[in-house]
This record gives sequence, structure tokens and C-alpha cells, in this order.
Amino acid sequence: MNFWSEVTTYGPGFMAAAWIVLWVTVLTIVLSWICGLAAALGQRSRFKSVRSATAFYIWFIRGTPALIQIFIVYFGLPQLGIRLTPFTAGVLALGVNSGAYVAEIIRAGLSAIPRGQTESALALGFSPAKTMRTIILPQVFRIILPALTNEAISILKNTSLLSTITVVELTLYAQTLISATFRPFDFYIAVAIIYLVLTTVLTQLAGWLERRYGRLS
Amino acid sequence: MTETEVLPLLRLRSIRKSFGALEVLKGVDLDVHKGEVVSIIGASGSGKSTFLRSINAIEMADAGTMAFEDFRFDFAPGSSGYPSRKQLQALRSRIGMVFQSYNLWPHLTVLQNVIHAPVNVLGTPKAEAVAVAEALLNRIGLYDKRHTYPLRLSGGQQQRVAIARALAMKPQLMLFDEVTSALDPELVHEVLTLMASLAADGMTMLLVTHEISFARDVSSRVLFFDSGVIAEGGKPDQVLQNPESPRLRQFLHRILHDNMTSGASDAGRETVLK
Repeated sequence: MNFWSEVTTYGPGFMAAAWIVLWVTVLTIVLSWICGLAAALGQRSRFKSVRSATAFYIWFIRGTPALIQIFIVYFGLPQLGIRLTPFTAGVLALGVNSGAYVAEIIRAGLSAIPRGQTESALALGFSPAKTMRTIILPQVFRIILPALTNEAISILKNTSLLSTITVVELTLYAQTLISATFRPFDFYIAVAIIYLVLTTVLTQLAGWLERRYGRLS
Repeated sequence: MTETEVLPLLRLRSIRKSFGALEVLKGVDLDVHKGEVVSIIGASGSGKSTFLRSINAIEMADAGTMAFEDFRFDFAPGSSGYPSRKQLQALRSRIGMVFQSYNLWPHLTVLQNVIHAPVNVLGTPKAEAVAVAEALLNRIGLYDKRHTYPLRLSGGQQQRVAIARALAMKPQLMLFDEVTSALDPELVHEVLTLMASLAADGMTMLLVTHEISFARDVSSRVLFFDSGVIAEGGKPDQVLQNPESPRLRQFLHRILHDNMTSGASDAGRETVLK
């Protein structure tokens, strides 16, 4: 078997698996930003119950392995009558997991904005919510873009954990090929290269975003 | 109050404020009439900045009453006149404030900084807000910089934009909180000139300042803050040339002496004083 016949044989399968990885990653990033923003703002809430709930969320997520969180969602929830597809369970678990880290990133970004930015907005009659949305968060986003990129890359790599709950992404696809062909070196190297391509593309994209929005002058 | 008495634009009574155990404002009364320029001087820690910031409730007073335009507030917690969030936002949109550290929004261009509040707080149509903003930027001599980001501007330019941003709301009262203190000495002049021209246009202004000669030449009244109260106040000449209290004499002596030794900002100041 030469190289090109290998590519035509296994290529489409790897492409499909890579497509799954990409999809899971994109949806997880979206969910993690939503969870992260909600938790970051929740930490500053007027209500103690909200602050406690977000503190618990961040404490629990950061204090337990992602793999266990995935198992809880996919294997555990059915026991409570909540049955999710592997794909949905995977995105949900990874997104909620990453959200706790994004919350911490946003919190750090918020604390980097001088108090005067909020004061000048309030002094002009802005509501606290509008101040946050139109003055503070756009600046925070620019500051935390590099940290968000790191988190996105780590999400992308963590999608391999979903092989354990039968999401046919790159790792599980390679494993099935390996069990049929007994060629672990070839196929794990192939998987590594594909991840490398994906993370490189993601980094380039983030770099472009940073150049586009990251500057404040 | 008799019928012939002109109502002040701003009336404050018994304004009090504490930070923990430290009482910063110990019952301050003040009337400001339309068109007046009132300068507040005093040592740092005398409460003058806190007082200014309590007027637009960026710092919430603990007690006291306020009347401004149609607003009637009682800052005693739980009182019937205690301002709601909405009322505070409405009040603040009528009072302009300029800060020592400019506080322009670095992610927006100069023009965007100036139109942001009119569009988003007052709901002014964008085209109209832009026209007002461009006229203001023209007036402050920064029309050419309208598409520039604030951090590319000098401190003096940033502060002038901050003034334009406040003016774009068409405020009835402008508060200036040590607006030249963060500026390099050679940039003080351009900001003071702009403020003097606002005063000449009849803008009602309340300013906390260390620029004694500016206070003398531009204000209709000078107030000396000491330990959380207005210790002395009146016409600039009277307060600054013939101070009654030893504390004020001491303060003026120290300030004038500092200015003499630092010297640098005097050149700019003298120009303003024509």
C-alpha cells in the first residue's frame, strides 16, 4: 500500500472525525463563553445567593477532573431520567467545564479595567448594565483575547476525552482503525498531525482577531 | 423664600458622607445659581472631591437634601425622597462631569466617545449626535482627530475631548474634579482656556482646583473646604486676597509657595490670566 492509497482509504473517515472535533469545539466555545460570562457577572451580583451559586460552580468544576464531569453528564444523568446523545452530552460537559475557567479569565479582565471607566459612564447617565455591555466588556474582550485563545485550544484538545462516551471524533476513530489494523504508531501520529493542523488554524485565527480588535489605539 | 428670590439651579443642604469611621463631609450647604462659576479649594483630604462627586451621586451622600432642576432628593436612607436608580441616571444625564484622569473610553474613537452617551442614554438619532459632536470637536480644535483613538492623544487633548463628551449631553451644570492635576505643566493652559471660554459662555460650573489664579480670574465665587465643611467662601478677591481664617492663609501660602518653586505651570497660568 502506498501513501496515496492510504489517504484515499482512511482520509474520508479522518475528515469526518475532524469535522466532528471542529463542531464540538465551536459549540463548546460558545457555551463556555455564555457560562463564563454569566459566572463572572454572577460573582459581582448584588445577591448573595447568586454569588454563592457561582462560587460553587467554579469551585466544583475546577476541583474535579473533566473526564468525571463528562461521565456524570453522559452516564449519570440518565439515572435521573435525562438522556442525552453522546454529542450533546459531550458539548454540554465540556462547555460547562470550560465556562468555569472562562469565568476566571473574564474576572481577571474586569479587574484590569480602571474604576474611572465605569465612573465616567455612570456620570453621563448610563445604567450599570449598559455600562458593562458597551464600555467595560468590549475592553475586557480585547484584554483577554490571548487567554481565551489558550482556553479554546485546550477545549479543542479536550474533545479527545469524548472518545470515552462514543463520540466518533478523531481519537475514537483512530482507535477503531488500530484495533482492526494493529498499526497504533501510524494512526496516532496521523491523529496528532490533524490536531496540530486544527490548533494551528485556531491560533492563526485568534492572532488575526487580536490584530483586528486587540489594539486600543 | 420670597417670590422675588431667584431659585438656585442647585441647592444642597446638610450633605454628609462618611467612609467607615471617617466623616468626610460634615453637613455642607451650597446654592449655585445659573451661570455661576464656583471654585472649591482646599487641602487634599478636606472632602472637596467627595463633595463634588456627591452632587451627581457618583458618591452617594449618607444624609442631606438636594434640589436640582425638577429633582428633589433626600439622601437619608429609607426616606421618601431617596433617589431611585432611574432618577439618578436622569440626574446624571443633566450634569456633566470631568475627571482628573480623563477616563475616555480607549476602545472608541474620539467621535464615538462624544456621541456614545447622547445616542445610548438620550436616544438622540446618530446623525444628529454626530453633527453636535463635530461642532464641539471643532470648537475644541480637535475635529481633525475625530477618528483617532484617545490613547494617541496628548493628556491635554484627551481632557478637552472629555469636556466635549460631557458637553454633548447639553448639561445644565458642569463639575470639574481637579481636571488639570494629571496634566504636564505645558498642557494645563489649553484645558484652562477651554474652561474659561465655557465660563464666558455662561455655563454653570463647579470646580475643584489647585489652580488658584484660574479660580481668582474665572470664578464668581471661591469656597475653601476644610475638614469636611465650607470654612470660608465669597468673592474670589475677598477670599484669596483677604483670607479670614488662619487655616486658609496657611493653605494659600503653601500653595503659592509651591507654585513659585515648581514654577513650570505658571507660564501657562499667566497666559490664561491675560
